[in-house]
Amino acid sequence: MQTPHGISADDFAQALRKFRQVVGEKWVFTSPEDLHLYRDAYSPYWGDPEEILASAAVAPASTEEVQQLMRIANQFKIPMYPISTGKNLGYGGSAPTYSGSVVLDLKRMNRILEVNEKQAYCVVEPGVSYFDLYRYLQEKKIKLWMDVPDPGWGSMLGNAIDRGAGYTAAQFRNHFDAHCGMEVVLANGEVMRTGMGAMPGAETWQLYKTGFGPWIDGIFSQSNFGIVTKMGFWLMPEPEAFLKGTVHLSSYRDLIPLVDIMTEMENQKIFTGFPDINSPLLGSPSLAGLHEFLLNGPVARDAEYKALADRGAKPEEYEGYGKKNGIPFWNGAFTFYGPEKIIRAQWEHVQERFRKTIPDATFDESEYYDLPLSPEQQKQVQYPAQFGIPNMRAFSIGARSHWNPAPPSDGHAWFSPIIPRDGEAILKINEVLGTAARKLGVPFAFALNVPVPCWERCFVFIIPFWISKDPAKNKQTREAFRTLIKIAAENGWGEYRTATAFQGDVMDTYSFNDNILLRFHETLKDAVDPNGVISPGRYGIWPKNLREGKKA
Amino acid sequence: MKLSLQTLLIYGSISCVTTAAAAETQGKLVYEKWCAPCHSRGDVYPGTSALDARYKGAIPASLEERSDLSPELVRYFVRNGISVMPFFRKTEINDIELNALAGYLTKPAIKK
Repeated sequence: MQTPHGISADDFAQALRKFRQVVGEKWVFTSPEDLHLYRDAYSPYWGDPEEILASAAVAPASTEEVQQLMRIANQFKIPMYPISTGKNLGYGGSAPTYSGSVVLDLKRMNRILEVNEKQAYCVVEPGVSYFDLYRYLQEKKIKLWMDVPDPGWGSMLGNAIDRGAGYTAAQFRNHFDAHCGMEVVLANGEVMRTGMGAMPGAETWQLYKTGFGPWIDGIFSQSNFGIVTKMGFWLMPEPEAFLKGTVHLSSYRDLIPLVDIMTEMENQKIFTGFPDINSPLLGSPSLAGLHEFLLNGPVARDAEYKALADRGAKPEEYEGYGKKNGIPFWNGAFTFYGPEKIIRAQWEHVQERFRKTIPDATFDESEYYDLPLSPEQQKQVQYPAQFGIPNMRAFSIGARSHWNPAPPSDGHAWFSPIIPRDGEAILKINEVLGTAARKLGVPFAFALNVPVPCWERCFVFIIPFWISKDPAKNKQTREAFRTLIKIAAENGWGEYRTATAFQGDVMDTYSFNDNILLRFHETLKDAVDPNGVISPGRYGIWPKNLREGKKA
Repeated sequence: MKLSLQTLLIYGSISCVTTAAAAETQGKLVYEKWCAPCHSRGDVYPGTSALDARYKGAIPASLEERSDLSPELVRYFVRNGISVMPFFRKTEINDIELNALAGYLTKPAIKK
C-alpha cells in the first residue's frame, strides 16, 4: 500500500484503524480498485508517473465524524484532502494535490439542513448537489431559485468555495459572494462558525454575513486552511416574469459601445440577468445556441465565407460579408427578472440607450415567460440555468457528437484569465493570446473568442484545452497551458481558478512584491495547520515541512 | 400454526417477488438520479447525443431503450467511465445500488 511521504507504515495502519472506528469499516477505502475511483478523471497527468494519487479515502457522515478524523490525522500528521461531491471536473475532480494524501470524501454529508422561504436562504452540507436542492424546492413547492453552474451534479458548497459562477441574477451568480455563514472544522478537529454563527443563540447566521471583527470566510475558499462542513446561501425569490431581449449590431467596432452600454446598464441594475454577447457572423454561439453548436457545430455558410475562413481572415474582414447577408456581427442578449410592467420598461430603456449610440442597431424580444414555468416550458427555454434549473447539457463539450464524431476528448481544462469589462480588452487578448494559442497548436474555434460576463465588473476569457488518455498529447497540452499562463501574466491577465495541475503555476504569477500574497498564505497555513494535514499544495499553498524541500 | 410446504413456497415466492420489485425500484431510482441527466431520450442529453453519434441509429441512443446491455457492461462503465463521462465512487453509487442499476438497465420488460 502507498503511504503518505514521511509517514511510517505502522503509523498509517494505526491511523486507518482509528478512522475505521469512527466511520465504520465500509467507509474507509484502501484497495487499488476503490482508489482508482479517487483519481482525477480529467487529469492532464493521467497514467504518467507524476499523476497525483491518493493512499486511501475515508467518508464521514457528520461534522462530528470529520472532527474525530481530523484529530487522528493531526496526531499522525496524515495529509487529508477534503472533496464535496468530487465532481469538480476540469479542476481536479476527486483526486488530491499531493500524492499519498487521504481523500476525505464528504459526499455522504448530504443533508439540506434548512430552507427559509420567507428570508430566502438555505443551509447545506458539502454533499448536497444542485440537483438535490432543486428537487427539494420543487417537491415542497418553495418559491425560491438557486443559482446553478453548468453541470448540475456539483456541490453547492464545493462550487462556492472554489469560487464558481452561474447564470441567474447578478447578486447570486458569484457563488461565493452569495453565501452567508460557514461552519469550518480546523486542522486540529475544532469546529468554528463564521459571521453571526460565532454568537451562541444568534438567529441571524444566514442574514448578516460579516458578524463582528475580521471577516474570514474568504480564506476558506480556494485554499487549505479548514474544512467547510456547512454553508448558508442566499436564494433568489422566484420572479413574476422573465424577459430576454437581443440587440443586433452590424459593425466590428460596435463591440466597444456594446460592452460600454452593457456594463453601464448592468451597474445601474437596469438589467440583472446574465448579459450574453456573441458573434453570429464569426460563428460564436449565444447561450441560446450553445447546445446546438456543441452537437452540430457552427452554422453552415457559403463559399465566399469559407474563403475568408480558409485564408485566416482577421475578424474585421468579415464585416462586409455580414452586412451584405444581413448577419449581425454582434448580438447582445439582456435578461430581465421581475413584474412584466417593470421589465418591459427596463428593456425599452436598454433599446433607447443603444438607439442613441448606434442608430442602425436592431432589436428583438427573444424570450418572455410568466413564471413559474409550466413543465412544457421548462423543456422549451433557451438556457435552463437562467431559470435556476440544473442540467448536464454542457457536458457535450468535448464529447462525441455528429460534429465531433471521433475521437472525443477524455476531459477538459479551461484556461480562464480575468480581463477588464472593455471591448478593447477583448480585442487585445484575442490578438495576444489567440495568436499565441494558435502557434502552440491549441484549437481556437473562432476568428475571435468572446469572453464570459458572468460577473458584473469583469470578463472571463476562456480557452478550452482537451485532455487525453495519451501521455504524449497531455504533455504538449500541459506545456501549452503553462506557456499561456506566463504570456497572460506578462499582460496582467490572471486566471480566476485553474486545474490542480496548474495551481502552483498560476499562484506564482500573483507575484507583487516578491510574492508577498503567497508568503502571507504560507504564514497563515503554518499558524492554523502547523502539521500541514489539510490539502497540501492546494492552490499552490504548501505547509512548512513540504515547502522547505520544494524551495531548496 | 404448522406451516405446510405449500405455504412456505407461497411465502417464499412472495418474498422473492418483493425483493426483486424492491431492487427494480431501487435500480430505477439510481438510474433517474445518476444516469438520466445525461442519458435520457431526447436531444439535450450529452450521453445520448454521444451514443447517437457513435451508433448512428444502429442501436438506440438512450440507455433505457437498449436491449443489448449486460450487467457487467453497466458495472464497467459506472466504475471506469468513458470519454468525458467520469467514473462514480462508492459514496455516490454503492455496490448494492450498482447491482440494482445493472439489473434495471438489462431487464427487457421495464422500459419507459
